Amino acid sequence: MSEKFDVIIVGAGPAGNSAAYTLAKAGLRVLQLERGEYPGSKNVQGAILYASSLERIIPDFRETAPLERHIIEQRLWMMDEKSFIGTHYRSDDFNSEPYNRYTIIRARFDKWFSEQVQAAGALVICEMTVRALLRNEQGRVIGVEVEREDGKIYADAVILADGVNSLVATQAGLRKDIQAGNVALAVKEMIFLPKETIESRFNLAGQSGVVIEMLGSITEGMVGTGFLYTNKDSLAIGVGGMLSDMKAQKTTPVELLERMKAHPSIAPLIAGGETREYAAHLIPEGGYKALPQIYGDGWLLVGDSAGFVNSVHREGSNLAMETGRLAAETLIDLLQAGKEPSAVNLARYKARLDESFVMKDMKKYQNIPETLHKRRQFINDYPPLLNGAAHKFFTVDGQDKRSKEKEIIASFVKRRSLFGLLGDAYHLWRATR
Amino acid sequence: MSEVKTTKPIKKRKIKLDENLLAYRGVWVYIESERGHVHPVSWELMGQGRQLADQLGVELCAVLMDAAGPALDAHCNSAFHFGADRCYRIASPVLSDYRNVPFTKALTDLVNAHKPEILLLGATTLGRDLAGSVATTLRTGLTADCTELAIDPEDRCLLSTRPTFGGSLLCTIVTLNYRPQMATVRHRVMPMPEPQPERTGLIVDFDPGLIETDIVTKILEFIPDEMRDKPHLPYAEIIVSGGKGLGKADNFKLVWDLAHVLGAEVGASRAAIHAGWIGADRQVGQTGKTVRPALYIAAGISGAIQHRVGMEGADCIIALNNDPNAPIFDFAHYAIVGDCNQILPALTRSFGTYLSKPETKVVMETAKELA
Amino acid sequence: MHIVVCIKQVPDSTHIRVHPVTNTIMRQGVPAIINPYDLFALEEALRLKDKHGGRVTVISMGPPQAAPALRKALSFGCNDAVLITDKIFSGADTLATSYVLASAIKMLNAETPVDIVFTGKQTIDGDTAQVGPGIAKRLELELLTYVSRINAVDRANGQITVERRAEGGVQVLQTRLPALITMLEGSNELRFATTPNMFRAARAEIRHWDRTSAGIEDLKLVGLKGSPTIVSRVFGPTPRAEKAVQIDFDPSNPEAACEALLAKVLAESPRVKKELAQRLPGYQED
Repeated sequence: MSEKFDVIIVGAGPAGNSAAYTLAKAGLRVLQLERGEYPGSKNVQGAILYASSLERIIPDFRETAPLERHIIEQRLWMMDEKSFIGTHYRSDDFNSEPYNRYTIIRARFDKWFSEQVQAAGALVICEMTVRALLRNEQGRVIGVEVEREDGKIYADAVILADGVNSLVATQAGLRKDIQAGNVALAVKEMIFLPKETIESRFNLAGQSGVVIEMLGSITEGMVGTGFLYTNKDSLAIGVGGMLSDMKAQKTTPVELLERMKAHPSIAPLIAGGETREYAAHLIPEGGYKALPQIYGDGWLLVGDSAGFVNSVHREGSNLAMETGRLAAETLIDLLQAGKEPSAVNLARYKARLDESFVMKDMKKYQNIPETLHKRRQFINDYPPLLNGAAHKFFTVDGQDKRSKEKEIIASFVKRRSLFGLLGDAYHLWRATR
Repeated sequence: MSEVKTTKPIKKRKIKLDENLLAYRGVWVYIESERGHVHPVSWELMGQGRQLADQLGVELCAVLMDAAGPALDAHCNSAFHFGADRCYRIASPVLSDYRNVPFTKALTDLVNAHKPEILLLGATTLGRDLAGSVATTLRTGLTADCTELAIDPEDRCLLSTRPTFGGSLLCTIVTLNYRPQMATVRHRVMPMPEPQPERTGLIVDFDPGLIETDIVTKILEFIPDEMRDKPHLPYAEIIVSGGKGLGKADNFKLVWDLAHVLGAEVGASRAAIHAGWIGADRQVGQTGKTVRPALYIAAGISGAIQHRVGMEGADCIIALNNDPNAPIFDFAHYAIVGDCNQILPALTRSFGTYLSKPETKVVMETAKELA
Repeated sequence: MHIVVCIKQVPDSTHIRVHPVTNTIMRQGVPAIINPYDLFALEEALRLKDKHGGRVTVISMGPPQAAPALRKALSFGCNDAVLITDKIFSGADTLATSYVLASAIKMLNAETPVDIVFTGKQTIDGDTAQVGPGIAKRLELELLTYVSRINAVDRANGQITVERRAEGGVQVLQTRLPALITMLEGSNELRFATTPNMFRAARAEIRHWDRTSAGIEDLKLVGLKGSPTIVSRVFGPTPRAEKAVQIDFDPSNPEAACEALLAKVLAESPRVKKELAQRLPGYQED
């Protein structure tokens, strides 16, 4: 291929599309290569769209993007075998435009996003798998090689947006292979129900929606979470656990999901629905400490391929969009000023990330993965303890309240010991600082 | 075919025929004969055609096109045995081997002359080639690969049912204000009727005026298939079939082992063939072979419609599948939910013992290794 | 040489289900594909182009969403693509479809004379195998179906020799060009698209023809109006009235289930018992 582009982007997920769109809009010659049959074919997500990140890229996205429901209620459930103790926040403020978060269906959304990218002037080619990065004698990345005849394509810079597996980055030695302790294996199903059923079960009207995030017994001792989101006429339900835990416990994600669906608080919500679409995917969970080098001579990593996921708040797609956009803006500044995309110059990408919520949040929660992994009590002890406490507290059975209190405290002390309780509080405080 | 449940039906159309189309009466079956033999699908269609004709109160006519001679005459007699009231006989040397142009001309001229309301052909390579050309020439409706044919009592129309959407659903198709209503049916979908040797009928000769020099296509040669180790699936009485649920190619061996002990033919689902686990000539299903065995054992096959229509006529269906929700359990006679790779060797042993096969020992050893 | 290949974009059928509550056909977010049988036609056309030179034009009748299928066909090396699309074409059965495609091919023929038209053997969603023969009849092309091999193309004399699959053997046929050929599946293997062709396809302009550009003379012959057949019902089968007899399977004792099954089958199915009896050693046919 004698043709040369300004930037080649590997991957057409949210990170890649954000970068491609931003670059194309600025008039640069962009080539985007996607391994799958169509953009997003390899993507799996819950999925939640964070408007604020997309607004910074396509301000008027609401006019044409396929959106399911806007979220007005967030529920956090801490689950035990037969119960949950939860916090709900619903606000009518979330019901006024412009809406802050939406549920989306990945296949449709990615298709739309890619159409915008192409309309902005980028050349998008699917079923093109990048085999390797091309480098010059000095080791700078100058393009990619694809798995087809005559497959060398040149560019000033390459943005790797090829997802959690990031075969290209791994092969190029830019990051390590996936570590089982740094990724979660998650599965999800789409369960179809009539619009009216969803609205009545979740107390919704019009296009408003609910998000439920879950912890506790549903992950059966593994570090992980579950979720249930409302789409227009379907529910997205899923659960995931650390890959290392899954392997150790020899659980399959399918089984995990089946048992979760049978939970007495979850089963009624999905009853009568038809399951269609089952998908599984890996999610980066290593956090800040697992981030690789994210830039170099002629290359940048964005999105899941670098591991930009906030596992505490379950945010990934907005980080993907932010990093994609910031990578693009960095390159626009450099290339339009005639400067080389060398490692030295590309350091500005990291600087921009440091200033943004992306790195700030990643840093804040950098100790969570380790804390949860080492200190299983947060997954194994607290959910049943808290559920037990609530049960005792809310059961009216003739026992006087003071003794109830005592029993509750005793149960905590018995399970964790006074020293342990203090320690847990301390570790939790430290992990979230 | 089993009972079917309607989802929301599309608005029922009252089919009003033009004056000139009311003259179209009679059920015709095209009898496919090549190199002296009639393809059995033609007789199967005669059986079905007889039922349709009886329901409509009209004649059943067989159409025979071939070079003149004793074979052609014998075929006409067979047609009467299988229920024809009348045989249209077109004898010409131009028709001794199949070519699209002369056969299309002959059949369309005959249709225009004698006007049947229904014309049925077998869905063979010849039948599909001919049916498509004839339907286009006559500007009429054709429904291909039907699994069921019926008459609508209200308006006397032909209701043709066939799988759709790649074989996940069924649909019923009707031909509107056009005649004849044409349909093709695959071999073994309809049962073979019993011939009645005492039946006779009327032979009507027809000459479409074919001239060899008018035909541009020439047959240079015919290369017969070698009588290799071809599977005889369509006529097998016991079949063991494997599907994607077996997990991997190696596990197909368990299907072969059981088939060997049972003296059965081996079949496969479309998915297993697409995965390359076995040759395409063993596909059972709508786009493969239709079978009507006494016993059909399906291992790791989900039972989607396109497979179902190919084997539903089996007397006894035993389904083995890991997934308790597999559609095959909806129409099987016996169901075992579990790992096929464990069940198959156990069945091989059980049947082996029952059949006291001397080779059973060898097969059992292998089965034990795999268990 | 000018070769025209007709393709159809079809839903990826494995994902079709009927919604249990609303009874609508659900096609979940899965892309449509080029009818797999058409790919053999496409490859054969490209092979003839490689050998004899010339152009390959790929065409399809469909909604605007069918354009990606044509683009994919371009990526294998076709020169030109035309999407014949117009609201009035919708609801077409095979008769109406062959009318539209034949009209379009007539228009292409006026641009550059067409030597061969290829179609796939049948579609995976319609399965009728009728459109090829229909087009041939309308354009008075010699029809060669189920072709497994093209032996020779004699351009000087306008003749083609092919092998055609028939029952029990192969016919070797020779006929005059222009001809319409439907290719048998498995007759060749589709090439891997090269990078330059992928780029060319990604950038190509796909011509869109409406009823006028496609040269439609009689609007009564297209779409739903021009279709003699109509689908009156779509349904899924219900389970049989009698449920399957469940045999419990315990992996630690597999023999129990098999013995139980065998006993039941022999007791309840006389035809099976008879078949098995014929396979017992020492069986004498009486």
